[in-house]
Amino acid sequence: MSTQTPVLATEHLKKIYGKGESIFTALESINIEIKKGESIAILGKSGSGKSTLMHILALLDTPTEGVVSVDGTDASKLSVKKLDILRNKQFGFVFQQFFLNANQTVLENVILPLKIAGVSAKERTKRGMEVLKSVELEEKAQNKANDLSGGQKQRVVIARALVNEPQVIFADEPTGNLDSVTGAAIQKMLFTLNKERGITLIIVTHDHELAAKCDRLLEIHDGTLVKGA
Amino acid sequence: MKLTDILKTASENIWQSKLRTFLTIIAIFIGAFTLTLTTGIGAGISQYIDGQVSSIGAKNVLLISGKAQSSTTTGNSTDPQKYDPNKLTSAQRQGPPGDTVVLLTDTDIQKLKSVPGIVDVRPQQSVSPSYILGPSGQKYILSVSEYIDGTNVAMNSGVIPSNTATTTQIAVPYNYSSVLGFASYADAVGKTVTIGISDANGLISEVSATITGVPQKSLIGSAGASINTELFNKLYAIQSVGLSANSLNKFNGAIAHFDASYTDAQITDLKSRLDKDGYTGETYADRIATVKQVISAIVIVFDAFAVIALLAASFGVINTLLMSVQERTKEIGLMKAMGMGRSQIFFLFSSEAVLLGFWGSFLGVLAAMGVGQIINRVATHGFLKDFEGLHLLAFPITNVLYIIIGIMFIAFLAGTLPARRASGLNPIDALRYE
Ligand SMILES: Nc1ncnc2c1ncn2[C@@H]1O[C@H](COP(=O)(O)OP(=O)(O)OP(=O)(O)O)[C@@H](O)[C@H]1O
Ligand SMILES: [Mg+2]
Repeated sequence: MSTQTPVLATEHLKKIYGKGESIFTALESINIEIKKGESIAILGKSGSGKSTLMHILALLDTPTEGVVSVDGTDASKLSVKKLDILRNKQFGFVFQQFFLNANQTVLENVILPLKIAGVSAKERTKRGMEVLKSVELEEKAQNKANDLSGGQKQRVVIARALVNEPQVIFADEPTGNLDSVTGAAIQKMLFTLNKERGITLIIVTHDHELAAKCDRLLEIHDGTLVKGA
Repeated sequence: MKLTDILKTASENIWQSKLRTFLTIIAIFIGAFTLTLTTGIGAGISQYIDGQVSSIGAKNVLLISGKAQSSTTTGNSTDPQKYDPNKLTSAQRQGPPGDTVVLLTDTDIQKLKSVPGIVDVRPQQSVSPSYILGPSGQKYILSVSEYIDGTNVAMNSGVIPSNTATTTQIAVPYNYSSVLGFASYADAVGKTVTIGISDANGLISEVSATITGVPQKSLIGSAGASINTELFNKLYAIQSVGLSANSLNKFNGAIAHFDASYTDAQITDLKSRLDKDGYTGETYADRIATVKQVISAIVIVFDAFAVIALLAASFGVINTLLMSVQERTKEIGLMKAMGMGRSQIFFLFSSEAVLLGFWGSFLGVLAAMGVGQIINRVATHGFLKDFEGLHLLAFPITNVLYIIIGIMFIAFLAGTLPARRASGLNPIDALRYE
């Protein structure tokens, strides 16, 4: 039964920014269902509403109209605390920007979700080092996050998204500002996680090549779904 | 997030912009430093006074005087009172203007003796010797008072005169020791001095007395020499020669001992019973209370300045943390996205404020205590040399803790504004923030 319940689903999703003169409809009647273990690409031009959709799916933002459900439960019915726990334990985030704390070490940055979850310091270090190993950055663990190259930073960000062993990873332009070789390595890493651990992938991109590697493709144009509903 | 992790993170965060944190801490430091010094002076002086009171000891002594009764007159007690030929009043006005001192007689003494709780009553008589003469051959003016049993007197050398002794005894003030011709305080003990006193007709007689000891200088204790009952009686007898029986039967007041086991409530009750009978009874502590009130009023004014400095510092805390919230908008957004709750973000920033308060107050208090030690050392070797046991500044641990905790609380209050702003940030707005 549970395999048939989508991890994430939306009904008649609508997002309106601003009001009066500056009112702007960023998303319009979005209906999607994402099954467990699927890899989804959200494709579209700049400003089409990809990040907006991803934020709503990730329960970081609320839709103006419509319903988002997680494992069959209407997210708007969940308490703030439940939502916090859900994001902390089930979701992993790779944002469009790195959002690394420049003054902290690579390891400290990676273990932030575990720290928030209240995991003990010993356990945090252990799991942090494991995940850094999987992105081949274990010898950079004690370096300041600021001292890494762009590609290394992106790998740190992915390590951070993985450290809490999430069910769903949201990745906003994970390869957007990387050279093609590094980009390919990151992609490989994400798809390995998807295949081997069954982690659901939701990747926002405007790269058609990357989108093609996903199980399914959702294309957005000016806030409406033109393909893959 | 665990409590220890929040505190650790807060501590790391405040040191991320070292200069800003340092400046904020300095502002709090100044407030804490000032507050510690001003309360230190208050505590130092009142500790000394308390010490003096307990060194005077005799907690069960009441100084009793007649009360200027205003019940017969209407209106304010400072209003002029009607003359009553049946009431004895002192020839010279000794009390504050408007008050007339009511003298006591033997009848009063007998009446006081029958008051329940009062163990013994002695009329407060005084003797005024003309001079004291020692081996140096030079006569000096001296005031004397009879030693009140139960009183503790800190001594430089020797002991206090004994009221049960049958010989005449005196304790000479510390500054009389050398002028009377003694090499040291210890040298004076056991030696004999001569006291001259005149009777009502102006005829001077001499009485010799043995020095039993030399007391230390004291702010509150009696200024003159303490003499025992035997010497007092001898001097009084000489002084009374030529006085009418009537004038001998007038006393400025009485000294009473009451039941030493009395509690504060019982003492208050005793005083109010005396009050009903037309007498005013005061313990030594009552007399001292006025002095203490004046000192604490002065200290409060100083404290007010320190608190103003702290208020200014708390705006520094608000400012620092607001800047920090601004700078760390993205970080806060990220933490919220990763499931950190509002209350935890609030707690994180409040902890930063409280830590700023802690460091500022802790360092300020430490510095003030250090400076206090130096001031005490300079003062006790300088202008306070003669006051044994007086430390100008005292820092009882409770005061110090109150100051630190109080400042941490002020810092917490100051931190609530930035902390609320941080906890209220919408993660998406925070993440989109450039
Ligand atoms: N807080 C906001 N207030 C007003 N308009 C907003 C807000 N956030 C986003 N928008 C608008 O919504 C639209 C969609 O933005 P979104 O960030 O989802 O685009 P995107 O598809 O991710 O683009 P990109 O590929 O450039 O990242 C844009 O036109 C943007 O200006
Ligand atoms: Mg985007």
